[in-house]
Formats: sequence, C-alpha cells, structure tokens
Amino acid sequence: MSEEPVILFEKVNKWFGDFHVLRDIDLSVAKGERIVICGPSGSGKSTMIRCINRLEENQQGRIVVQGIELTDDLKNIDSIRSEVGMVFQSFNLFPHMTVLDNLVIGQHLVRRLPKAEAEEIAMTYLERVKIADQAEKFPGQLSGGQQQRVAIARSLCMKPKIMLFDEVTSALDPEMVKEVLDVMVDLANEGMTMLVVTHEMGFARTVADRVIFMDEGQIIEENTPDAFFDNPASERAQNFIGQVLHHL
Amino acid sequence: MEPILKPFIEQKAPPQQSTGLVAWLRENFFSSWFNTLVTIILLWLIYQVGGFIINWAFINANWVGDSAKSCPNVDGACWAFVTERWRLFVYGLYPKELYWRVNVFYGLGLLTIIAFVFSFGAYTKKFRLTMFIGFPIAAYIFLVGGVFDLQHISPESFGGLLLTVVIATVGIFGSIPLGLILALGRTSDLKVISKVCTYFIEFWRGVPHIAVIVMFVALLPIFIPDGNKIDIVVRAFIAFAAFNSAYMAEVFRGGLQSIPAGQFEASKAIGLSYWKMMGYIILPQAIRNSVPALVNTCISIFKETTIVLLIGFSDFLGIIQLSLEDPKWLGPPHIFSSAYVFAALIYFALAYGMSKYSLRLENRSNVDQH
Repeated sequence: MSEEPVILFEKVNKWFGDFHVLRDIDLSVAKGERIVICGPSGSGKSTMIRCINRLEENQQGRIVVQGIELTDDLKNIDSIRSEVGMVFQSFNLFPHMTVLDNLVIGQHLVRRLPKAEAEEIAMTYLERVKIADQAEKFPGQLSGGQQQRVAIARSLCMKPKIMLFDEVTSALDPEMVKEVLDVMVDLANEGMTMLVVTHEMGFARTVADRVIFMDEGQIIEENTPDAFFDNPASERAQNFIGQVLHHL
Repeated sequence: MEPILKPFIEQKAPPQQSTGLVAWLRENFFSSWFNTLVTIILLWLIYQVGGFIINWAFINANWVGDSAKSCPNVDGACWAFVTERWRLFVYGLYPKELYWRVNVFYGLGLLTIIAFVFSFGAYTKKFRLTMFIGFPIAAYIFLVGGVFDLQHISPESFGGLLLTVVIATVGIFGSIPLGLILALGRTSDLKVISKVCTYFIEFWRGVPHIAVIVMFVALLPIFIPDGNKIDIVVRAFIAFAAFNSAYMAEVFRGGLQSIPAGQFEASKAIGLSYWKMMGYIILPQAIRNSVPALVNTCISIFKETTIVLLIGFSDFLGIIQLSLEDPKWLGPPHIFSSAYVFAALIYFALAYGMSKYSLRLENRSNVDQH
C-alpha cells in the first residue's frame, strides 16, 4: 500500500467498567477498501467501529482517521465526524421531522448549505435510494427497510469519505433486507470506503475486500471473504460460521 | 365428482336495537340488575344535588345590591357581593383611571394563549416565540410603567386576579427557561455543572415553599446589603420562580431521559455540535414528551399563587377574604359560601383550561409522530 491508510488503529484498548471490550486492536484500512466485520455478539465489533467517529472513546492506543488523530479536542472530533458517515441498526431517524428535513438538517447546520441547495441534494440522494416519493412523510409512516434507506441517504448527504454500517439489516424483516443491501452494494461499486458489521454472508462475499472476525474484543482472523468462509483458520471462526450458516 | 353444495343458511331478522339511543342506554346503564341499581341511585343523587345547586345558585340567588341587606334569602347564593365588588377582584388596588393598562395586559395574555392554542401555519413558531418573549416584557411595561410616559405603578398595589395572574405568569414564564437550563446542566457530562445544578434543584425541592417565601421576604434584607431596596413583591416573584424552576427542571429531565440514545448518536454522527443537537433534535422531542407533566406543574404553580396570602398580599383569594371583612357585607354565612364558590369557580375554570390544552397537545404530537 503506497497510500497512507484512511483509518489506522494501533494497540487500541477499551474497557466498559471492568469489562475489557477491545484488546490490542491493530487495524489499517486503505482508501476505497470494503471491510466486513463479523463475530459473535458482544465481541466488540460495534464498539470498534463506533470508535472511528468517537461515539466511543478508547482508553489506550492510537486511532488516526483521514490523517487526524482522535483526541479530546472537539475540533478534531467535529472534523472527523464530517468525514465519516454512520448508519445504525435502529435507523435513528429524527421522528419529529419529515424525511426531507432529516436529510436537510445536517447539510444546513453542519455544511452550512442554504436550505434550497440542501433540499436539492437531499432529493438526489432520496432518488438514489429509490424513496423520493416519500420525502414529505414522517419516518414513523415508513417501513423499516424504507427508514433504513433514508438513514443511508441522510449519511450520504454529508458527503462522507468513509461509511460505517452497524448491523444495519439486523432489525429488518427478511423481505426488506435485500432493498437495503442493494443500496449498499451500489455504494461499494462506486468506490466508497466501507466498514460493515454484518452477518450477511452473501453481501460479504460479493462486496468485501476483506473479512475481519472478532471474538472477545480481539481480531482473531483477517482474510479474503472466500478464504474466510470456505476455510476459516481458527476454531472459533469455524464454530461461528457453522452456527451462522446453520441458522440460514 | 359431485360438487359439494352447502345449503343456504336461513336468513334471520336483524337483532333489535343493536344501535341507537335505547340500545346504548341499555348496554351502558341497565346491562344487569346491579348496573340498573347503581344507575337509579346515581340519578337520584344527581337530581337531589343538581336541584339544590339550581335552587341555590339561580332561583334563590340575589344578584344585585350593595350590602349584606340585599341578600336576605339564606337559602340562595349572594351574587350581589360579587357583582358589586368584581372590579376590586379583577383589578385589585390598581388606580381606576388606569384600568385600561390592566385590560391591555389581560388582552395580551389572551393573545398569548391564542398563540399557543391555535395553529397559524408557517407563522405558528414565530408567533409563539414572539409572545413567549414579548408578553412578559410588554406586561412589565404596561403594568409597572415608568417608561414611555406611563405613570409608574408599584407592584405593591397589585391585587386580586391581577396579582394572581402576574405571579402565575412570573412563575411559569420564569421557571420554564430556568428549569430547562437546570435540566440541561444536570444531565451535562461536566461533573461540576451537573453537581451544582443537582444540588440547586434538590435544595429548592426539599424546602417548604412557605419557608422560602418568608425567607425571601423577611430575611433577604438581613443577608444582602440594600436588600430592603428590592421591592417586596419582586422578592416574592424571585422566590416563586426559583422553587418552581426546580420542579420544571425535573419535568424537563424526565423528557430528556425519554429520548433514546440513538437520537444523540445519530446527531453526533452527522456532526451536529452539542447545542445544535440539543436545539434541533433532542429538545423538540423532549419538550413534546414533557407536555403533560409541564402543564401539570403550570396548574400547580397557578394554584399555589395563593401562598402569597401568608406574606400579606391580597391576591384573588386574598382580596375576596378582605372584602368579606367589610362591615357592609358582614352577615349570614351564605355570603361567605357564595364568595368562596365564586373563587373556586374561577380557579377551576383557569386550571381546567390548562388541562384541556395539554390533552390537545398530546393528541397533536401523537399525530405528528406516527
């Protein structure tokens, strides 16, 4: 890799009280790389990606995003958050605003675009996630899949360089998973740097450059998706894949 | 194969009176012998009490007059007392020739209520904000005066409904912003601010209001040099706003706690700063969730204004009591009861209005979010 990594973790450790959630995490993500992170629940996957935009703080080690080291400095945090988009399991749309306003507010308040321009950009992204006809509705009036697509559009409006997806299909009914994954595949094909916490093996195989397997706060295994799913090296990964596949 | 034909089900006549008044009555009031008994007893009670009220308040009532002698019928209300004294009850000791200023105040108050009750499309928010900030300022200018060639009237001469409304307004309009700040402080990540706000809130909540009022009015001059120069009414106002802000703070804190963590995370993830996150995302939802408790607190602030009786002010209730001591109106106890029934009716009408308003707000916010 000639280019500097866009995300760099060095010996990152984190505790929730006595619970050691992240143990000596080392990770380097190149520009345009698509990474799928999987592992049993409670293994620290979500916590790890939430460290990237400082929704969680690490207590030891170093995290550098887009060449900026994460510290308590609020300015650094703000500038990193404007470069990193995030989509959550529970959508987290703002329920008191219309879909359109959900997309406009960040652009207007953070990127300081005039309302009209922000609305125009918002509409192009809503069209991209095929939901432009719902722009004037409130989030509560949409299905889960639609809400999640709005949430992705809301993130993309901020023109992020990196997108984080935290189990974005886990709360969805099965028939809605595809419409959300389709949007993510499109995004991947455009060359967005993506870190995706998911158990969707099909998605991982088609899109990911690399799969990271975590357990008990550690990165146990890193490999290409095909190699990882067909031939997991560690026993823990074998068990995990066995369980996930069995469940499917 | 022979198709299987089901025989037609024979048609029946429609059930009798499944809707309509008779069926409704039967279902709700006479569905069993016990229900029927309860209904009859209640009807009898309503007849007795209602009859008494109509007789007392209307048929046997005396409506006009200028002294206790005008109310000879002890089985009826003595509304004459109210009709003769209503100006005093409504305007207190405000100079007669300046009643228009009080009327402007009442009018603006009404306008503020209208701003918050009705919707005005795109202007709703601006209208409400203007009234929320403008009303207290305009109220001060018109009532106290001293500016724009308006003659200065000391708040000490306020009384009656005017004083009650002014104290309630100070209490409500003062404690809402203060309470909001305290609630934000208490939930702050900065330990010092959080502790200070917590102790402030707990202090005011833990001390009896009577003690606070007396302390402010009687003891403040001892602790603060020149404390005597602060108007006694103003001191009562400060005390009132202070302890009510503690209750408001807890109301808003409840609202803040009802907002899921995901809303904070999503706001941060799109890069909103703390104040923008609070102002645009969290507080609009939190305040909406606080409305029932907020109105509840407003109602209790309104009713608690009578506490100023203890420090010698004549609010609405106080001025009615004072008037009852007027020798002209000394007489049989039905004058007393009429006066207190009148006071209760006015307090009830205002408090019930607030409660209705809160129900409306709740229904409206349910519509918005689903």
